[in-house]
Amino acid sequence: MNHSTGDIRAVEVCNLTKIYGSGNTEVVAMKDVSFDVAKGEVMALLGPSGAGKSTLLTAIGLINPPTSGRIFIGGQPVMDSDRALVNLAAFRRKHLGFVFQKANLIAFLSAVQNVQIALEINDVAPRAARKRAMELLDYLGVADRAKNLPDALSGGQQQRVAVARALANQPSLILADEPTAALDSGRGRQVMELFRKVARERGSAVIVVTHDHRSLDVFDRTYEMEDGRLGAASIGHSA
Amino acid sequence: MNLAAQDIRQNIGRFVLTALGIGLLLMLVLGMGGIYHGLSFEATQLVDQIGADFWAVQKDTRGPFAEISRLPANLKFRLLAVPGVQSAHSFVSHTVQREVQGKPLRMFVQGLDWPDDRGGWLRLVAGRPLAQGHYEMIADKIIGLDLGDKILLGKDIYTVVGLTGGMVSSSGDGMAFFSARDAMDVQFDVSGETARLERAARRARTASQDVGRLQPELLERVGGPSSTLPALAAPLVSAILVNVAPGADLNTVVATVSAWPDVTVHTHESQRQLLLHGNVDRARRQLGLFRVILVVVSTIIMALIIYTLTLDKTHDIAMLKLMGARHRVIAGLILQQALLLGALGYGIACYIGQWLFPLFPRRVMIATTDLWVLAGIVLAISVLASLLGIAQAMRVEPNKVLS
Ligand SMILES: Nc1ncnc2c1ncn2[C@@H]1O[C@H](COP(=O)(O)OP(=O)(O)O)[C@@H](O)[C@H]1O
Ligand SMILES: [Mg+2]
Repeated sequence: MNHSTGDIRAVEVCNLTKIYGSGNTEVVAMKDVSFDVAKGEVMALLGPSGAGKSTLLTAIGLINPPTSGRIFIGGQPVMDSDRALVNLAAFRRKHLGFVFQKANLIAFLSAVQNVQIALEINDVAPRAARKRAMELLDYLGVADRAKNLPDALSGGQQQRVAVARALANQPSLILADEPTAALDSGRGRQVMELFRKVARERGSAVIVVTHDHRSLDVFDRTYEMEDGRLGAASIGHSA
Repeated sequence: MNLAAQDIRQNIGRFVLTALGIGLLLMLVLGMGGIYHGLSFEATQLVDQIGADFWAVQKDTRGPFAEISRLPANLKFRLLAVPGVQSAHSFVSHTVQREVQGKPLRMFVQGLDWPDDRGGWLRLVAGRPLAQGHYEMIADKIIGLDLGDKILLGKDIYTVVGLTGGMVSSSGDGMAFFSARDAMDVQFDVSGETARLERAARRARTASQDVGRLQPELLERVGGPSSTLPALAAPLVSAILVNVAPGADLNTVVATVSAWPDVTVHTHESQRQLLLHGNVDRARRQLGLFRVILVVVSTIIMALIIYTLTLDKTHDIAMLKLMGARHRVIAGLILQQALLLGALGYGIACYIGQWLFPLFPRRVMIATTDLWVLAGIVLAISVLASLLGIAQAMRVEPNKVLS
């Protein structure tokens, strides 16, 4: 495998295994999972509830260390088993963007501030952060709600703000766990197409956990997960 | 963007209410110190205002403010004969509680050495000093009398001719100034029946002794007013106040008088120290302890509030951590809220105290240093209070976002 700077792989995982608990209560949530995603690629992760999709996504997201296996992001080794090889918080803020089923916006910040804070955390000056946050909201079509608190936004609007926040620092990898589950199918598809647009335009890799089979044509590659194991990829629903 | 300010803006009602509570507690902390300063001030204001260089009191006593001190009034003339003494006044004081127009009237009676001393040194807020040797009084406003009021004390009616402000004894009773003679009359007033019985008893005692039997004329004398009896001493005074002449050496005069076997001398400064240590010291320690308890209570309440504010934000904090926020961003959010809460509480304490303290029945004196000390205390408890919340926030895992 080649992990030099010219590598086009955004993320690569090798033999990831996650065991929750021990003894009687032991649950093998993820077993020997290996795959990689190229820059600009949009990948879907399907599978029944309890298959281990979230476990895999949070392991890659560096918030839920695997029991064994290795994770490379942008060619850089970041996790070896449950051992961090980099400063995880710093790595997350520079390279990763997250979107969840719930938008998880910070309740006491307005829409634009929710995006702005992600930039400020990454040492962007407040003014520049504000400007960029407004641009992102505009890009996602929610600029008119910039000053509203999350409570005042619809689910779809909240989710678009969350996507804007995930995009803010131009992450090399965007992780989305059932981002459209709370949206109607039309809006759900919009969000999926947005991911694709971002991947194409900005070269980010995107991994999306989804149940929504109607949007699968958006993805470059689709993996099915079952009982902690990753099945074979089906490639190329879309052009 | 300031996260702490944004959070507070969204929870402004709860925050202000909390600050109000903290502010009131801090006001009590401030007030306790103010009450102590007030006690010290009130305890020493009489000796300070009188400004005598030294006080001659009954041998081995600590003066009229600490215990009963009795001296013959003529000691004044002995003192005046000491070289270097410029003036000497007798001093009479005692607390009386009488009923006037159905209401209890409590006052700390001071005798002024008429005619040398008419109360000209008093800071009057209305009226004038005494203009005659009898039946006039100067009262403190706190007693509740007005200029021109006439009150019956003993057998005589006294007119209020002057008012002072804030002249109270160390136990908080308003002071009333009379000529020394009137002050003694008020103190030693006895009913006609008591006087008659006392005269009869004197007569009987004398009649049962040789001297009475041999000199029947004497029986007539002892049955008369006590002031006409050479064998009975004039009423005693509490102390003699002495001022030394300009240029005379205070220490020499004090040394001379101290050597007398029947008096003890307290200088102005030692009188102050006696007052502060005797009467006020225990109150000071009492108030000090209360202050400490209040500070601890404020800290605990503040810590709990900061802690619950932090708990309420667990999800937001997890999200911030997920986004890769540094520890100091999150600790800063909590610390800043604690400091803001403290600062707001401090402002409220000062503001409310400023108009509330003057309404207190006893004097509450706030010095600038007290404000600085309180600011220091607030800073310390804010930091301390935030620690619990910060510890809680540090424990939050970023994957808490998912639950
Ligand atoms: N924190 C946890 N502790 C114990 N078991 C867990 C935990 N999180 C997930 N699991 C278990 O791991 C398995 C995979 O869960 P998850 O990754 O959430 O699946 P999915 O997202 O595909 O529905 C499930 O059996 C689940 O019960
Ligand atoms: Mg899941």
